[in-house]
Amino acid sequence: MQGLEVRGLSKHFGGLVVSENIDFDLPAGARKALIGPNGAGKSTFANLITGILRPSAGTIRFDGQDIGSLKEAQRVQMGIAKTFQITTLFPQLTVRENLRLPILERQGLGRRLFMRADSNRSVEAEVSALVDQFALGSLADRPVLDLAYGQQRLVEMALSLALKPKVLILDEPAAGVPSSETHLIIDAIERLPDDLAVLVIEHDMDLVFRIARSIVVLVQGRILTEGTPQEIATNAKVRELYLGGSHG
Amino acid sequence: MKLRSYSVAGVMLFAALAAFFLFPYNLAFLTRIFIMIILVLSLDLVLGYAGIATLGQAAMYGAGAYAAGLFAIHVWADPFAGLVVGAVAGAALAAVSGVVLMRTTGLTLIMLTIAVAQIGAEIANRMREITGGADGLRGIRPSKILGIWDFDFIGVTGYWYACAVAAFVFGLLSVIGRSPFGLSLRGVHESPERMEAIGVSVFQRRLIAYVMGGGIAGIAGALSAQITQLVSLETFSFTLSAEALIMLILGGTGRLYGAALGTVVFMTVHHLAAANDPFNWLFVIGGLVLTVVFALPSGLVALPTSLKRLSKGDRHARS
Ligand SMILES: Nc1ncnc2c1ncn2[C@@H]1O[C@H](COP(=O)(O)OP(=O)(O)OP(=O)(O)O)[C@@H](O)[C@H]1O
Ligand SMILES: [Mg+2]
Repeated sequence: MQGLEVRGLSKHFGGLVVSENIDFDLPAGARKALIGPNGAGKSTFANLITGILRPSAGTIRFDGQDIGSLKEAQRVQMGIAKTFQITTLFPQLTVRENLRLPILERQGLGRRLFMRADSNRSVEAEVSALVDQFALGSLADRPVLDLAYGQQRLVEMALSLALKPKVLILDEPAAGVPSSETHLIIDAIERLPDDLAVLVIEHDMDLVFRIARSIVVLVQGRILTEGTPQEIATNAKVRELYLGGSHG
Repeated sequence: MKLRSYSVAGVMLFAALAAFFLFPYNLAFLTRIFIMIILVLSLDLVLGYAGIATLGQAAMYGAGAYAAGLFAIHVWADPFAGLVVGAVAGAALAAVSGVVLMRTTGLTLIMLTIAVAQIGAEIANRMREITGGADGLRGIRPSKILGIWDFDFIGVTGYWYACAVAAFVFGLLSVIGRSPFGLSLRGVHESPERMEAIGVSVFQRRLIAYVMGGGIAGIAGALSAQITQLVSLETFSFTLSAEALIMLILGGTGRLYGAALGTVVFMTVHHLAAANDPFNWLFVIGGLVLTVVFALPSGLVALPTSLKRLSKGDRHARS
């Protein structure tokens, strides 16, 4: 299968079971959302897929290949990218420098010693395209730490798009983004290449229903149900547990 | 950018010329400054750029010094060949130790870097038939540079030779600092998590930086062996590592010219203070460092900006 295939994935932190026997598919072109209450284990699940965490049990296949033994950086090189729920950027570097780094690495230029980092035309064209896409033009030469939180979230998203991944996991991309700028996030997701597999972890239901063609509900480390947005919206258990609660 | 790097180079060349003519009787001391600049530059690559916390940069300096000294005595006295041998020795030690060290961070890393230098000193001490032990390695007689310039006892050749090597290292690191690799080191420093998330092995990148820094420290050590014609156990000393770190912090990290400036200021103050008051010069240095750390956390290179900000009454200056 093209894309991700997860079987029997479990993760324990000591006695705490955070992922339990998860079966999950994310084929090429998928647009899935992962929802669930705080502490359900959504970020942990994403970290297991990208290799930040090692599972206690289970397998993860990507394009048919078992990637369970690969390190995070190797999985990224294969095309599995993730944004961080807690913004993780290069704070002292400018927006352009932040974006330049992943592009240089992807193009295999990251270890070059005798060229200027900003001298490659195709890299710079990609940097500028991302800057424009996220309307960061006026801030492009400022250190990222000078940016407002919402703008940093945009850079966070732009950084992972710069990797041109095949699988993209977005961990609460819109959290903290002012509603006036959420459209930039939604636009960016809607404009992603059709064959890219996308998993969005989000509490913002507007965003989830705009983007997802399929929604997975995670509760206490287990998949409660998976279905189309209509099915999830009308599912009694989900309504009771989730939509009826504080996130409705 | 281009203009600035040319002007920095111009200022440094001018300073080298001025020092040469103003202090003709202090050439040995001035030469020593160039050697230290190279060592501190190596530290700036490792610590300032890549964020690798080390208090053992002297390990690679010592390895380079002994390797170049032994090579000159037993194999070939050519100075440039000696520098290459020193660089290889420094890089090799950094590579071997770095395979373990670069997997650690923080206090563990600092302790291990200190330990490597201590082990180097102990090995040099024990192998006294080869290294001269506590008496030091003597009898290094480098041949003429390029077959033209002999090392004179006043130290004119040594001065310009050290100046040229320091300029070369500075230029090399300036280029590397602006390269994709240099940018990636800043990335590793700023956020290792994000570096992994863009597909970079942080361990590998840190190791490369450490080996490069080791090579450059090895060059500094080799240079000192050739110019003083002696290698002592002091080349591995903790004091040397620590002083190099103070010079770097004094000047400002991650900018290269900060390393040069910090070295010049530290060594000059040290030289003058120690001459005037051999017992209390450490207080002067201590006071200087405290002032800089508290008033100018980005080092002396930030002084002009900070003064400008201060005169504008901007109390929230990001120095
Ligand atoms: N490294 C860790 N060690 C121990 N417990 C952890 C660790 N990481 C997460 N947990 C715990 O695992 C559970 C799930 O955390 P996780 O961050 O995956 O939840 P989440 O669904 O992403 O929540 P949120 O919506 O708040 O982001 C929480 O109870 C959390 O405290
Ligand atoms: Mg989370």
